[in-house]
Amino acid sequence: MTRGGFVIANLLRKRTRTILTLLSVIMAFLLFGLLQSVNTIFNAGADFVGATRLMVQARVSFTSPLPLSMVPKLEAIPGVARVAYQQWFGGVWQQNTPLIMFCLDPQRYRDVYPEWVMPDAQWQAFASTRTGMIVGKQLAEQFGWKIGQKIPIASNIWPQKNGSKAWTFDLVGIFDGKDEDWKKRTNLAFIQQDYFEEANQFGVKGRTNFFILKLTDASQARAVSRTIDSMFENSPDETKTQTEKDFNISFVKQIGDIGLIVRWILFAVFFTLLLVVGNTMAQSVRERIPELAVLKTLGFSDGSVLGFVLAEAFALCLSGGLVGLLLASLAGAMVQKGTGGQFQLQLDGSVWLLGVAAIVLMSAAVGLLPGLRARRLRIVDALAGR
Amino acid sequence: MSESMVQVRSVTKVYERGKQKIEVLHGLTLDIPRGDFVALMGPSGSGKTTLLNLIGGLDKPTSGEIVVGGSRIDQLSSGQLAHWRAHNVGFVFQFYNLMPVLSAEGNVELPLLLTRLSAAQRRKNVAVALQVVGLADRAKHKPRELSGGQEQRVAIARALVSDPQLLVCDEPTGDLDRKTADEILGLLQVLNREHGKTIVIVTHDPKAAGFARRTLHLEKGQLLEQAA
Repeated sequence: MTRGGFVIANLLRKRTRTILTLLSVIMAFLLFGLLQSVNTIFNAGADFVGATRLMVQARVSFTSPLPLSMVPKLEAIPGVARVAYQQWFGGVWQQNTPLIMFCLDPQRYRDVYPEWVMPDAQWQAFASTRTGMIVGKQLAEQFGWKIGQKIPIASNIWPQKNGSKAWTFDLVGIFDGKDEDWKKRTNLAFIQQDYFEEANQFGVKGRTNFFILKLTDASQARAVSRTIDSMFENSPDETKTQTEKDFNISFVKQIGDIGLIVRWILFAVFFTLLLVVGNTMAQSVRERIPELAVLKTLGFSDGSVLGFVLAEAFALCLSGGLVGLLLASLAGAMVQKGTGGQFQLQLDGSVWLLGVAAIVLMSAAVGLLPGLRARRLRIVDALAGR
Repeated sequence: MSESMVQVRSVTKVYERGKQKIEVLHGLTLDIPRGDFVALMGPSGSGKTTLLNLIGGLDKPTSGEIVVGGSRIDQLSSGQLAHWRAHNVGFVFQFYNLMPVLSAEGNVELPLLLTRLSAAQRRKNVAVALQVVGLADRAKHKPRELSGGQEQRVAIARALVSDPQLLVCDEPTGDLDRKTADEILGLLQVLNREHGKTIVIVTHDPKAAGFARRTLHLEKGQLLEQAA
């Protein structure tokens, strides 16, 4: 037997209690790992490496529209091969199923996104049918839509000229992704920009939420981005140009201050954990007062007894913490795979370091008070049950 | 048996319970020669356990001197006293006080974790100690799997394993039936006679005291008489 063995034996004294406490530590560190990774993503600087497309939106917010008159100016910038644009439609299927639905120029969109696979005839039908709509395969399968059907869609933003929010579109095409990653994203729906401009009640015309730029050379992404933003600086339509990945992240950021949300959630999780594990440790020490007195009787110093209690707290937090962080790594990898690399939820070195620091702090916080109680106890009083 | 193992000189012990001060020992003086086997008897509250705790270095006197095995233990700090206990004294309690999470051999090995012995040497010493108390075949059993007498034998093996010269036993047979108590006391007698251990036991039981070489009577914190 070793001192370590003695610590583990004591931890396993009440297995159910230890397992339940361990599970709460695992859950807390799983959350910690995932949320810290999310935080890292949101706090990361712009990464232009390998970007073949750029997104241009109004500097204030993508909800502020930009004029379509910018298209020729953008296309004239060296390094830009083609420009497409997307206007948020706010489509709702039946009464309460929101759709990711955009108004766009079919040909431009097809040129910029060759990853969408659809027969030429359907692309042509989309371009030539003013009320035409194309949807991703996932969406079509989810709602059982077939080509040729008239699909009634409501818009929670744009009423038609007659005041009705109910629109009807002709389903003329169903697109799929070119590979597994893109197939997972076929939950989108597109309609024609021209029809939208002609039919919306507010007379919104010649404006869009954002542009998508296809680049001739990925290595020029950063330069093109700077050129665009400086070109429209101090104009009524100042721009913010970023990669698709950063755009998606900033889209989520509209929810609020993600960093603050993450910090509050983690504070709540760790505060609860502190109470749970702290109570377990305190209870465990309280139950063992006579045994701790015997250890001191046998010659273990006050410091050694404190060390035993701290070691138990550390073993509990370390094992639970490491399992939690490992599970977070696995979950992160699954999320990354599931989103086709769009959401890189990986636990990097900084998250692991922070996790280990949290384990050490947590161990000290939950072990110190009961440990000091054990350290202070007088042998004769403890043996006499006083 | 002429050299003193324990010398207690004018020892007083005062406990403070809130604002109340209770003097348990009043200037007590006592000599226990090396190799002696002494039974401390007396009514409850007479100070037997207090005296035993002082001799075993579990507590410090309010005044007076205590020398055990040549060391002035009343002057040692808490840390020094812990170190001294680990190497000089073995304890046996009425309710055995074994660690329930450890096997018999684990319990006996516990004091050896404070030594520099290798794991192999520790295992060897544990085996010898368990053999001395006649429990070599129960080494892997947890305390709950042992009878009261067996648990007390494990406790004695734990007290013996680091080879201290002094054993202090607080009511070692108080929780045992007569037959088992006699076996335990016989074992202590063997340790005293054959292994030269100095033993001090506290007991209420005159039959248990009969196993000792001499009996000391305490009453109201003072030594009354010495009986051979």
